Amino acid sequence: MTAQAITPATSAALDASKRRDEMVAFAIMAVLFAAAPLAVYPFFMMQALCFALFACAFNLLIGYVGLLSFGHAMFLGLAGYVSAHMAKLGTIIVGPININFGPVDPIIAILFGVAASAFLGVITGALAIRRQGIYFAMITLALSQMIYFFCLQAPFTHGEDGIQGVPQGKALGLFDLSNQMTMYYFVLAVFLAGFLIIHRIINSPFGDVLKSIRENEPRAISLGYKADHYKLAAFVMSAALVGLAGATKSLVAQNASLTDVHFSMSGEVVLMTLVGGLGTIYGPVVGAIIIVAMQNYLAGFGQWVTVIQGVIFVACVLAFRRGIVGEIAHRFGKSL
Amino acid sequence: MLDTTSRPLLEIAGLEAWYGESHILHGVDFNVRQGEVVCLLGRNGAGKTTTLKSIQGMVGKRKGSVRFEGTETIGMSSDKIARLGIALCPEERGIFASLDVKENLMLPPQVKPGGLPVEQIFELFPNLKERLASQGTKLSGGEQQMLAIGRILRTGATLLMLDEPTEGLAPVIIQQIGHTIRKLKAQGFTILLVEQNFRFASTVADRYYVMEHGQIIHSFANSELTDNMDKLHELLGV
Amino acid sequence: MMIPLLNIPTQALFGQLLLGLINGAFYALLSLGLAVIFGMLNIVNFAHGALYMVGAFVAYFLLNLAGLGYWWALLLAPVLIGAVGVIIERTMLQRLSGLDHLYGLLLTFGLALIIQGLFQNYFGSSGLPYEIPDALKGGQNLGFMYLPNYRAWVVVFSLVICIATWYMIEKTKLGAYLRAATENPTLVRAFGINVPLMITLTYGFGVGLAALAGVLSAPINQVRPLMGADFIIVVFAVVVIGGMGSIMGSIVTGFMLGVIEGLTKVFYPEASNTVVFVIMAIVLLIKPAGLFGRTA
Repeated sequence: MTAQAITPATSAALDASKRRDEMVAFAIMAVLFAAAPLAVYPFFMMQALCFALFACAFNLLIGYVGLLSFGHAMFLGLAGYVSAHMAKLGTIIVGPININFGPVDPIIAILFGVAASAFLGVITGALAIRRQGIYFAMITLALSQMIYFFCLQAPFTHGEDGIQGVPQGKALGLFDLSNQMTMYYFVLAVFLAGFLIIHRIINSPFGDVLKSIRENEPRAISLGYKADHYKLAAFVMSAALVGLAGATKSLVAQNASLTDVHFSMSGEVVLMTLVGGLGTIYGPVVGAIIIVAMQNYLAGFGQWVTVIQGVIFVACVLAFRRGIVGEIAHRFGKSL
Repeated sequence: MLDTTSRPLLEIAGLEAWYGESHILHGVDFNVRQGEVVCLLGRNGAGKTTTLKSIQGMVGKRKGSVRFEGTETIGMSSDKIARLGIALCPEERGIFASLDVKENLMLPPQVKPGGLPVEQIFELFPNLKERLASQGTKLSGGEQQMLAIGRILRTGATLLMLDEPTEGLAPVIIQQIGHTIRKLKAQGFTILLVEQNFRFASTVADRYYVMEHGQIIHSFANSELTDNMDKLHELLGV
Repeated sequence: MMIPLLNIPTQALFGQLLLGLINGAFYALLSLGLAVIFGMLNIVNFAHGALYMVGAFVAYFLLNLAGLGYWWALLLAPVLIGAVGVIIERTMLQRLSGLDHLYGLLLTFGLALIIQGLFQNYFGSSGLPYEIPDALKGGQNLGFMYLPNYRAWVVVFSLVICIATWYMIEKTKLGAYLRAATENPTLVRAFGINVPLMITLTYGFGVGLAALAGVLSAPINQVRPLMGADFIIVVFAVVVIGGMGSIMGSIVTGFMLGVIEGLTKVFYPEASNTVVFVIMAIVLLIKPAGLFGRTA
């Protein structure tokens, strides 16, 4: 194609066609997921959707700001603990503060979880963005390990036992989430909402600044953008959305445990995103479904799952860096 | 008249070079004979530095032919090329900050017998001897340049490529470098020089090639300099 | 003899100090290897903890399969793992040059998963015993504490290896090549030095140090498939605290944090798991480049 002058009219037409493609893709995904319980065990799908949201929120950082966090499990796990605790007991006891809400509405419980992760995101993000690249990855990993030990020792998380028997309750007092199909569509709604929020962030002027920081941080700074503020904002948004996934997951599974805070969970979300395609919109969703499915089918094979995950990591980095969706998008020249 | 009977030390034909995606050299042809001082002239971005780096094998991808003492080097890695006896003094000087002056000086390994003994290098650049224990980057610009030239004299390389050795230096030091180049020529070194400072080049060079857009567009001997002044002003825009 | 110091018996205090020094020795050996590798390859070697573990297993295998004892292991394990490192670098890491550095982290993370998963499959999660060599059994009564010979050996020997590595890098010709190639590999190569070979050998050397630490730790910590998994995260924090720019910095930071961790076990045991991370957070606030780091 020769370099044609793109007039406002053609660019608007391009925009419109891109937007139409995006809407079609989103509609297909929504319909597929809505119909999925007909073909797939709903509990598996709910788990997959939570992980898909987790991966999408992780991808917001690595794919659009170029920051590799190796500690995102801390947001998943903490939000899970907080919302499980709020849904089950609803007490907040920190130092002199002693509030007892009693078991709260599941949506309120989720919001507590999101708030906790966002708060943790502010603190850890402010520390981690002080270094770049590889150091950023190591710092987030170290901080999440600290949170892991906190969760191991804090009384409300019940250490090795975790929080079990979390009531699913009635959302807004109307929708009985202990009904599996109601829960399924509730989880799907949460996922789609989170997905749209991320899509909105990426395509906003804010998202454009993030991308320009990823491409060339010194230049973005010289253009007058406070790169650190943008990075921190993106980090907190990512943390909050991961919190949304973690909180929802704890209601689905009716428990919160150390597994979700452990650093191997941070590694898994990297793997999901890498397999699906870093920096693609649908890649993390595809990657999450594949990895969760793999774990389910190979559950009986012990640590071979870890070995296979490692092999996939190595193979992706050496030969398949675009990931599945990235590769498809590349073949068809579209951004997916 | 120049001696055209002997085989050139360095023969370059149809040399093309790329940095990543960008195509910088588009077929460079020239040669350098044993014992000559040849100077590449040209505006910024004409491809002079890239030509030197291509000869040394330091660019991403290169095509064409670069023969040194009759050996084709186009498929060789830069360490192999260095071992044939080609050495580069880069434009940015490339003094290592984590090495002291002595370590910087002694860093390039001997590739052939016949390099200058360190004592002789100190005669050329007495400043270096006094500052042997300093950290490389604590030197002044002139001293750094002397160090960058000095360290490639030890190695036994017979073709020295100097990329803008006078850039940003005081007149006294430029004189000292000119003196050094003439002395090295007298000792039998062959020198390929890139210069913006035309007045300086005219005091040392035997022949000139003018580059533009990654090609050689003009060449002349030092004896033809006055006849070429007008054309040069036009080509170099000085 | 019991002189209570803030109600802490001196015996316990010095015991924990010694344990801290030993952990510090491991931190130093591992972060030193990470720093050397990072300097040349621009890769944070996530497989470092896994190869530390394999080093300990090599000692175990040598003893139980070939009848070769501790001293052989101390020599052979680093050489063997170094050779494995050479293969890893040549077949995989080399293909990442020119890509974003994060890919090196991801690839070595994958390698760590493979190695640890394989060992877990065959050896589960429990520890295998490895005996202290006869020559280092027993201990010295220093009056204020009992000093087991093996522990003293680990601290002294690690220190010797660290200093020797520092000397090699900072004071020898080979080290000058290394430092120069860390700064500007293209130019060093253009001087006629085979930089790709240096890079390969550097990786081999770095992981060899990890294996050496593994052998040293086998008689103290038992031989477990996951002995390096959590350990490497603490070492990462040590590296962030020290900054990877300085060899001596890695060594000093390693020992220092080991000691601080040991003291925390005495005075505030609840925080002993997290104290290194807390220090990392404080250092990031005060001196983001790390205690010995150069601001990039």
